Amino acid sequence: MTSQEIHANPALAELDCGSRDLLIRISGSWSTGDQLPVAETFIASLPDTGSQTLSFNTSGINRWDSRFVSWVIKVTDAAEARGIPVGYQGLPAGVQGLIKLAKAVPEHKASAPREEASGLLTRIGHGVHAFVDQTGELLAFLGEVFLAFTRMLTGKARFRGGDLLLYIQQTGVDALPIVGLISILVGLILAFIGAIQLAMFGAQIYIANLVGIAMVREMGAMMAAVIMAGRTGAAFSAQLGSMQVNEEIDAFKTLGIDPVEFLVLPRILALTLMLPLLCLYADLLGILGGAMVGTTLFDISLTLYVEQTISSISLADVMVGVVKSGVFGILIALAGCVKGMHCGRSASSVGDATTAAVVMSIVAVVVADAVMTLINNAIGV
Amino acid sequence: MAYGDNIVQRDLTFTVNRGDIFIIMGGSGCGKSTLLRHLVGLREPATGRVIFDGLDFWRASHHQRLALMRRIGILYQSGALWSSMTLAENIALPLEEYTQLSRQEINELVSFKLALVGLSGFEHYYPSQISGGMRKRAGLARAMALDPEVLVFDEPSAGLDPISSRLLDELILELRDSLGATVLVVTHELASLLSIGDNSIFLDPESRTMIAGGDPKRLLAESEDPRIIRFLTRGEQDHKRHAEAQL
Repeated sequence: MTSQEIHANPALAELDCGSRDLLIRISGSWSTGDQLPVAETFIASLPDTGSQTLSFNTSGINRWDSRFVSWVIKVTDAAEARGIPVGYQGLPAGVQGLIKLAKAVPEHKASAPREEASGLLTRIGHGVHAFVDQTGELLAFLGEVFLAFTRMLTGKARFRGGDLLLYIQQTGVDALPIVGLISILVGLILAFIGAIQLAMFGAQIYIANLVGIAMVREMGAMMAAVIMAGRTGAAFSAQLGSMQVNEEIDAFKTLGIDPVEFLVLPRILALTLMLPLLCLYADLLGILGGAMVGTTLFDISLTLYVEQTISSISLADVMVGVVKSGVFGILIALAGCVKGMHCGRSASSVGDATTAAVVMSIVAVVVADAVMTLINNAIGV
Repeated sequence: MAYGDNIVQRDLTFTVNRGDIFIIMGGSGCGKSTLLRHLVGLREPATGRVIFDGLDFWRASHHQRLALMRRIGILYQSGALWSSMTLAENIALPLEEYTQLSRQEINELVSFKLALVGLSGFEHYYPSQISGGMRKRAGLARAMALDPEVLVFDEPSAGLDPISSRLLDELILELRDSLGATVLVVTHELASLLSIGDNSIFLDPESRTMIAGGDPKRLLAESEDPRIIRFLTRGEQDHKRHAEAQL
């Protein structure tokens, strides 16, 4: 049917109260895209009570879909609510069938669980309760990991060596390109920022000191950790969350195999071993990025830049970054694993767990970095 | 059985006899799978006891409970195969963990278990490389790895075509008869529960308790409880009554 024809057949509903019954004459096209009579207006024209049966004459209807059925249900429900009996015989057979189906099961009266509007104190109470629950969950998980770790030290932990190697590859070798790229760029940025200030004093050579110390003590560990939080922490959470959804973790438990030993421990070990190595790699490439700026834009020779870098950083500086990254590795792996292991059993909960793992990892890394920096400052390292 | 304050089922008392195929049945959402989790050691019941071979499952020591759990093999609804391992590795893992068998003996056992479920030659496939029905059968092979005394099936027919479903029923019967295992099945598949069940309980979601127990075929023939008749006849009695009323 063309739009012109539809326009030529507008949906009409007329109430005829003159005959023995209340008759609704339906005509025209009643489907999606048509302008239908407003049901509420039509309902208002029905008598408030009555013994006449409401019936339909649809001989003039030439097209209908679910909108028509919905309109009829709205009108007939209103009529029945006013005590007007309804006869459906005049409706097309298909409409009668659909109405029968729609009314076969009574409307579910009990409301779906809804968040009740609550006061500020109630919300604070719920928040504190949730925080206590999550803290308890986290502490219990830490306890399980600690026990698994002690069992590993005594040679009683059970996990597959092949899995550990696989995680080492995933968290180490596979992360080299992205860690390398980001580190070079961070080195470049640090060098540019420093150079603009140092050039004012003719002290461009100190770009090497700035980039070297910043990368080795702080930025190498921090950037590698942030990348690994987004990459590996999220992956751990998603892997374990999917296993939770697919009942794979239940399968471990019912076989008497501790999933923390089998799944979590190798992941934590892999990331804790690999992140310090990635940190050293990030340090080197960050320094390389700084050298690119120093040698190409500020006419510092490569030899001089390298000598200046070596003279500015000590082994203690390198160790500060390496130790920090080891701690970051533990925190990221723990955050990823705890969120994955406590994931719900739906597909969306895997996504939620992954997001929560990344947020938790990054917050934990930044807080731990601040604490360790304060400690280093206090002990003079 | 409860989740927080929400009671799922209460006052459940029943015995699973050795060698029986015991069916836990009831409509969707009545708590069948939750009851199963209590029975196999995955979730502690809010109150009550689960006695396994004279030992209170949830009051036993951790080591006793682990030992009991090893006597149970479970086929999960989705198969729950470990996706990072091949089928052979899935089945071999329990054997590696709990037996002193040599690698060759383990490989032979793995091949045998896979052959039992009709998956010979699929040792090196990953779960993602086989169909849903095959994953279920592989899950069953893993459940049988340690020759358990109790085999538990959670909705074994879910997601299977009618022929695969019937073949799985035949397999369950064959395994029970051959291995002498006790079989516990959570299902609402009528054809399945009527053809293989020796004994059963019926969980009602409305009253939140078991309202009947016994041989499912006998329940179908003799029960006068409309809820059970309705369930076991797929509501056809209601349909007949409705048709008669219209006549």
